[in-house]
Amino acid sequence: MAGPATSLVKRARPIVPLRRSTTEPPWVRRLLTGIALVFFVLFLFVPLAEVFYEAFRKGVGLYFDALSTHDAWEAIKLTLFVAVICVPLNTIFGVAAAWAIAKYRFPCRSLLLTLVDLPFAVSPVIAGLIYVLIFGARGWWGPYMNAGDHPWLGSWLNGYDIKVIFAVPGIVLATLFVSFPFVARELIPLMEAQGNDEEYAALTLGANGWQTFWRVTLPNIKWGLFYGVILCNARTMGEFGAVSVVSGHIRGKTNTLPLHIEVLYNDYQMSAAFACASLLAFLAMITLALKSFIEWRHGRAHTKAAL
Amino acid sequence: MLPGFGLTLGYSLTYLGLIVLIPLSAAFLKTSSLTWSEFVAATCNPRVIASYKLSFGASFAAASVNSVFGLLAAWVLTRYQFPGKKIFDAMVDLPFALPTAVAGIALTTIYSPKGWIGGPLYDYSLQLRHWLDSKGSNLVALLPEEGIRISYTAFGIFLALTFIGLPFVVRTLQPVMEDMEPELEEVSATLGASRWQTFTRVLFPALLPPLLTGFALAFARALGEYGSVVFIASNMPYKTEITPLLIYAQLDQNKYSQATAIAVVLLVASFCMLLVINLLQRWAQSRAGSSP
Repeated sequence: MAGPATSLVKRARPIVPLRRSTTEPPWVRRLLTGIALVFFVLFLFVPLAEVFYEAFRKGVGLYFDALSTHDAWEAIKLTLFVAVICVPLNTIFGVAAAWAIAKYRFPCRSLLLTLVDLPFAVSPVIAGLIYVLIFGARGWWGPYMNAGDHPWLGSWLNGYDIKVIFAVPGIVLATLFVSFPFVARELIPLMEAQGNDEEYAALTLGANGWQTFWRVTLPNIKWGLFYGVILCNARTMGEFGAVSVVSGHIRGKTNTLPLHIEVLYNDYQMSAAFACASLLAFLAMITLALKSFIEWRHGRAHTKAAL
Repeated sequence: MLPGFGLTLGYSLTYLGLIVLIPLSAAFLKTSSLTWSEFVAATCNPRVIASYKLSFGASFAAASVNSVFGLLAAWVLTRYQFPGKKIFDAMVDLPFALPTAVAGIALTTIYSPKGWIGGPLYDYSLQLRHWLDSKGSNLVALLPEEGIRISYTAFGIFLALTFIGLPFVVRTLQPVMEDMEPELEEVSATLGASRWQTFTRVLFPALLPPLLTGFALAFARALGEYGSVVFIASNMPYKTEITPLLIYAQLDQNKYSQATAIAVVLLVASFCMLLVINLLQRWAQSRAGSSP
């Protein structure tokens, strides 16, 4: 089908472009393209190339040595563990929030929309700070958690040896905060654009709410949902500032991969730092590739709300 | 009425409250325990003021540069054909996807006096200075004695903030440019306008709301940025210490109240930016809706 149509278009194209008056002279086009390309190469390609160049500069052997040390391995495991908790929780929230916000009209709806975006506006350092204020040794709940002067709750928590700040729960909470809006942000415009007609049709035909969601809504939003999940995952695994505040940098215990990179870098172990960084850079490239794939297959509507 | 409104709204509000609102209110409650003079002492001492100037100045400069190059990049990506266009288009999102710590160490290494770009810049600036000096030229005063350095200076901070803000302007402008109707430009050309006049009088006014939105988004993001800056700045108080870093430093010394007070100032600034962004987006939407 596409073959004859394109060949017709080609044949119909005039030798002298008709729309010369609505585009720029060739030298302007070349100049602008050139400037844009130089900017892209300097700001996007050079940093990415640098990560892989530095990672492999001292040989492939050293690269894999750096990745197989005990601390690096623990950091990778912790990063994956945090992602396994945070991504599903924020995905469930994202779907629920998108359903409530996109499918209904209610008072203060736009306020709720702004509140969902709030974590994007907050500095990562502050995201870590607020959890230190609540759960830290000098925070609101600190005394309940660390000392025994509140016999009831304190001894109960002490009995289970629960520590939040400078421990894994704090890292999970701070990461939940910073990766909070991604799925909701992605789904709300998509579900708004799709409207409620198909859902009403399903309900009229006798489906209940869950059936409508699983069989009608979910197939419609699956690519947008998938993209939101990848973005959420990229942020979860790459978060540095917020996690840095709450982790306490205990090697092999509370260092995620980005924190481990910082430790190595500050120790002047450049090759090892860039070897670990290359894993995250690779993850970023996969994220971008999947985004392009979804756009190519399903159009920009599914990846519109990238910001 | 679709079912599930109560369940999804209730769940969303509970989760939002637990993860975002209650923790954020902790910062304000903690600060409210300070007296006014304590608050002023914590947030207006010279070191903090210097950090505000640097943070707001570098973020503003970075967002401005992003607006110029973002407009150009979005224009080139939507209007012109060139080899590798798809790859460049996809790569625009790299600063989103690349963890800030990775971007930080990569940029620092590139722009350090031994790096790919920082190295030649440093060497040639020293040689040029030497050469000018031997000629007795007055231009020598333009070059710093220790050579041009980017990493570990305020200029490095600006560069890192430009990197992380790059996608915002491009991605806000691109859909608007794609949806622009060619008829407008044709009419303008028919009426005898030059290409430059068409751009400044017809296209640019339509692009201004999304351009300002992109600027505000990049500025807001730069204001809170920590991960990429901490590596490329030498983090010297009064000189290369941005506000988020100062909060971190205060927290590290167990000065919780001071850290929280500065955080509240930064939070209020961020919330103002969020409000400005919302207003700009509303303006952009009403513009897009009313255009013929």
